[in-house]
Amino acid sequence: MKQIAVVSGKGGTGKTSLVASLAALAHGRAVYADCDVDAPDLHLILQPKVIERREFFGIKRAFIDSEKCTQCGSCQDACRFAAIVDFQVNPAICEGCGVCKLVCPADAVKMSESLAGYAYLSDTRFGPLVHAELFPGEEASGKLVAMVREIAREQAAMRKLDLILIDGSPGIGCPVIASLTGVDLALVVTEPTITGEHDLERILDVAGHFGIKTAVCINKYDLNPEGSGRIEDLCRERAIMVAGRLPFHSSVVEAMVAGLAVAEMGGPVALAITDMWNVLKEQH
Amino acid sequence: MKISIASGKGGTGKTLVATNIAVSLASSGSGCVTVADCDVEEPNAYLFFPQRTLLVREECSVPVPVIDETKCTHCGKCSEVCAYHALAVLPKIVLIFPELCHGCGACTIICPEKAVSETTRSMGEIFRAESSNLEIIWGELALGEARTTPLIKAVKERAGDENVIVDCPPGTSCSLVESVRGTDFCLLVTEPTPFGLYDLDIALRVLEKMNIPRAVLVNKSGMGDRKVYEYLEKKKIPLLMEIPLDRKIAELYSRGETFVEEMPGWKAKFAGMVRQIEEMIS
Repeated sequence: MKQIAVVSGKGGTGKTSLVASLAALAHGRAVYADCDVDAPDLHLILQPKVIERREFFGIKRAFIDSEKCTQCGSCQDACRFAAIVDFQVNPAICEGCGVCKLVCPADAVKMSESLAGYAYLSDTRFGPLVHAELFPGEEASGKLVAMVREIAREQAAMRKLDLILIDGSPGIGCPVIASLTGVDLALVVTEPTITGEHDLERILDVAGHFGIKTAVCINKYDLNPEGSGRIEDLCRERAIMVAGRLPFHSSVVEAMVAGLAVAEMGGPVALAITDMWNVLKEQH
Repeated sequence: MKISIASGKGGTGKTLVATNIAVSLASSGSGCVTVADCDVEEPNAYLFFPQRTLLVREECSVPVPVIDETKCTHCGKCSEVCAYHALAVLPKIVLIFPELCHGCGACTIICPEKAVSETTRSMGEIFRAESSNLEIIWGELALGEARTTPLIKAVKERAGDENVIVDCPPGTSCSLVESVRGTDFCLLVTEPTPFGLYDLDIALRVLEKMNIPRAVLVNKSGMGDRKVYEYLEKKKIPLLMEIPLDRKIAELYSRGETFVEEMPGWKAKFAGMVRQIEEMIS
């Protein structure tokens, strides 16, 4: 089983539009996993029919029983996150370490986990999709990403599909690391802007740090040929393959508005994505 | 006043808006303006100020346990108490995984042999620079680090309270919450597409929960569809500005320039929007 994660560093470079198109091309031969659990959008194109919903419990949080609490202040002094004010825990700040429970002489603190979101297994016109919903402002998005990937692996094994395509989140922190661990290839989508170039280097460094093989896709490459040239140079220096060069074209937004993958719409971007898909299939 | 610029979806134009508001305010006689870039995973705002002078570069340190193996009896209590699985106790040695540690101190408190003490380790860097009457503060998360919140807190502490524009990370979970916490107003930047709208809705729910006054700016208007406008009308959320999908703005941005310098008519629009925000929260 191969796992390919589409990531980017910078947000809004076109990860989800690309994954939807790769799903259209992989049609019936892969499981899709939307690991951008903070801001999941792949379902807007894949239009899933939910088969199964699993509950996701995030971190444990402290609760103070005001009847038992003697207001000694030990917990407030010990909390490193300043989450306790006036003998009450602010659940938005609590990181669930349990130090308050440890130091409480009156046994007034309880740690309990609460429902923080759901993971879904769905059917789509391209095959099974695993996606998730993290309640607004919740922590532990990395843990939910791990849950989504676990369900995707189960499904791939059960249905004898040999590819998992992962739609990652922007950045280089917790949910991105959780999306990248153990994948066979990180396909990094970038764009020729000063911010796109800067963020590309950071995500390539992170993938390198974890020993993950990378390939690059330059989106909207024709908007700034100089910038695209610098990205090509960078990839050459680092011996990273530029697997695709996608032109800027209105069909990308038109497809999104129509709820279709760009590859289903046709046009120059669809052709470029098909070329890239063939390159990736040859290599892996 | 502290205004945070957030979005939910990435790439909608947070940094574009944050930097251009800051430049517009700084040249409108509002005194020194600070840009606090809290997107510590991919900090970009400073790239738009190539004339900057770096004033301070410092480590962001967080606590992490050290075990005195001469006192440790390998009883395993520290590992049991750790909510983050940052310690593993083997028969003869204790392994520590610093990237997982939240620095809460539970292991130090629980150890019956007083074998756990704390040291600090760096999880990123904080930079402070100036460019004419603008101050730019940003954090840069070290590679392979998962937790962003200590660095975001450190950036915000250094930014003070007056004339601060906070550039937030994308997403809707803990990094966003930490970045917008304590700001007086949040301006959400979206694009008029199905993806932009879906993620805007989640981000608005985070702000509602946190009780932070909020409004929306639609960037790249003219693309996509009208659904975001219908949504804002239905939810009665103020739309403060639209920036059109414009090749010139996109090109200036791609080269790392703040477009208000080349298209100065926009400076008054941004300064006017900030006055409008001041009125909304007064």
